[in-house]
Amino acid sequence: MKSAKELDEIAAKLRKNSYTPKERMAIPLQEMPVQAPEVRIHNMDEVALGFSENQAIVEASRCLGCKNHPCVEGCPVRIDIPGFVSHVASGDMKGAYSVISQSSLLPAICGRVCPQENQCQKFCTVGKMHKDIEQSVGIGRLERYVADAMSAQGYEIIPEVAAATGKKVAVVGSGPASIAAAADLRKAGHEVFMFEALHKGGGVLVYGIPEFRLPKKIVASEIGKLEKMGVHIQTNFLVGRTMTLDALMKEEGFDAVFVGSGAGLPKLLGVPGENLVGVFSANEYLTRSNLMHSYDPDHALTPAIKSEKVAVFGGGNVAMDAARTALRLGASEVTIVYRRSENELPARHEEVGHAKEEGVHFLFLHAPVEVQGDDKGRVTGVVLQTCVLGEPDASGRRSPVPVEGSEKFYQFDTVIAAIGNGSNPLIKMTTPQIETNRRGNFIVNEETLETSIPGVFAGGDIVLGAATVILAMGQGRQAAKAMNEYLSGK
Amino acid sequence: MNRIVKKEQWSPEVFSMDIECPLVARQHKAGQFIILQLGGDFNERIPLTVADKDVEKGTITIVFQTVGATTHLLARKNVGDDIPNILGPLGHPTDIEKFGKVVCVGGGIGVAPLYPIAQAMKAAGNDVKIIIGARTKNLVIMEDKMRSIDPDLTIVTDDGSYGRKALVTVPLKEFCENWHPDEAVAIGPPVMMKFCALTTQPFGVKTVVSLNTIMIDGTGMCGGCRVSIGGQTKFVCVDGPEFDGHQVDWNNMLSRLGTFKPQEAEEHHRCHLDLGIPEGKA
Repeated sequence: MKSAKELDEIAAKLRKNSYTPKERMAIPLQEMPVQAPEVRIHNMDEVALGFSENQAIVEASRCLGCKNHPCVEGCPVRIDIPGFVSHVASGDMKGAYSVISQSSLLPAICGRVCPQENQCQKFCTVGKMHKDIEQSVGIGRLERYVADAMSAQGYEIIPEVAAATGKKVAVVGSGPASIAAAADLRKAGHEVFMFEALHKGGGVLVYGIPEFRLPKKIVASEIGKLEKMGVHIQTNFLVGRTMTLDALMKEEGFDAVFVGSGAGLPKLLGVPGENLVGVFSANEYLTRSNLMHSYDPDHALTPAIKSEKVAVFGGGNVAMDAARTALRLGASEVTIVYRRSENELPARHEEVGHAKEEGVHFLFLHAPVEVQGDDKGRVTGVVLQTCVLGEPDASGRRSPVPVEGSEKFYQFDTVIAAIGNGSNPLIKMTTPQIETNRRGNFIVNEETLETSIPGVFAGGDIVLGAATVILAMGQGRQAAKAMNEYLSGK
Repeated sequence: MNRIVKKEQWSPEVFSMDIECPLVARQHKAGQFIILQLGGDFNERIPLTVADKDVEKGTITIVFQTVGATTHLLARKNVGDDIPNILGPLGHPTDIEKFGKVVCVGGGIGVAPLYPIAQAMKAAGNDVKIIIGARTKNLVIMEDKMRSIDPDLTIVTDDGSYGRKALVTVPLKEFCENWHPDEAVAIGPPVMMKFCALTTQPFGVKTVVSLNTIMIDGTGMCGGCRVSIGGQTKFVCVDGPEFDGHQVDWNNMLSRLGTFKPQEAEEHHRCHLDLGIPEGKA
């Protein structure tokens, strides 16, 4: 990290564009300032604080503007990355925002939660030349900076909406896949109704991802953009119960439907004692804190879960979110228990790092055998078994093999299962003719994402199983493109 | 949206409200419930049963007892006020068939959701007997409506201030012995449902109970409402709310209901303080 004065000098020189490529390669990577771990575990505020303008300009200037721009290929929504980065480098944030807005409606969100290290930044030429992916241009951080800087100025680009087509489209759910689909469908001039079961829009962005990683006011402003485009957002509407999919099409006259209802069925531990008091799904644990604001007991009516010793099972981003939330809710000791080793952790590297900095313990190569409780049915601890790594399984990861006789009791008062989600069965239950696989995911045409019911398309976790925000958005856009074609021929 | 068009106070703690909610009214079937939230970032989501509906007027009737913060706040709403968020109808409808003889047991405000079920059972051609129970006389609700279905309606109170001085399980056992019902439906406080199930079990009378567990989203997403049914984990919000009472792991369900008991006791106290309500009044 350079001092502010040094940054000023570099930025001034960059504005004059007097750097050679060799000099560019020597520009230091800009680290994003964060709240100190000992401070942030006592608040829900965002951990990463974002670049200053000079930092953004300096970081953007590390981009060589290479011919092949492999970063774009790594982006599920194909943002013109070198295009927006060069605007940032020249200090033109509005220009940068305009480039991003052509491909993504949610830069403030994606800049924060995309796994850039596996996408755009993985392929960055600068990282390759340094032989270190961590040295890639901080594309996600720049995207975030641009979105935040524009929002701080109250500057917004509302995508243009084509002339009305007279077609009516339903979008089921309001998470990332649905937001992306709704925006593209609306842009094409269709009348779009978005149906959300909860009392607030945003889906997993609101109930799942914690405030300290994604402030909810950002989600609200992105949803607000959809409303400004003229998308009708109907909360408290559960497709399947308030109205079935069939009724939407036959009685309400919707010409097409996009289902982005997500992976809303928590997997439980599947061991004896999984229903004891003090055992929660990560969905419940996080929803209480995020959607229902139970971390603010002076105001929230939903009770917070009070814990001393917490075990979180799983190794994904949701496990990290749950563990870090537990610390912030006042737990004195939080342990992530994972069946495989550290190398197999599916969570983002950055999230694991943040969790470690905050004092979350990790117990690798352990699996639950039984949750034990007292005579009041409350959790007292978990019997764990050690595992060794065996042959790679279907996912390509080495599978954990339990070691017989290694069972040992560990004391916990709260147990959280963050071992994934199945697909929510409600639409399937009330629309039997829709085809699903054995996991309950909708079977779709790979190209168009159309389901077995003509005119009904699907994307996001209901198709993919639990995946990421940006993959869901990518599917939302892919489906919207096919739906626009479907509707133009109708 | 969701405007209150009628409000009645049936006892110090029990209220009935008719709310304009046309989509829910149109779809609702006996046995289903709603989730209600009073707006803003900080209000909780609570499940409530639907006691009646009027499809033409587009209204649903809810009956609730002031027990937690939200029901206390709800009781302060009046005709003309809107309820910001109502989601429904949720859960599976009651399995209504011609079983033959059906005994319906309601305790406390459990009588309210029992009403549409008893009505539907009668309409399906069943011979219906109804038992309603309450702690004391002024907590007995919907007597006339229930009597319109079963003229021989049995009323019991814990203190004998009205009807027979007995628990609902006493007449239930008598019906099992003398009337031989084909099916029983019991809705009320969890302990009452547990003992109704224990009462009918020796007679082999299938007993449907409607569980009202802790819930957040009501769509199957959080799993907070889960119960063990015949050794299998089920979600009350999507698999229920009705289950075979003989299969329910009652002890686990009762302990799960008490998850937040210490906090709730404090909250009830706080509600009364903040709202300036004397203890014992809504």
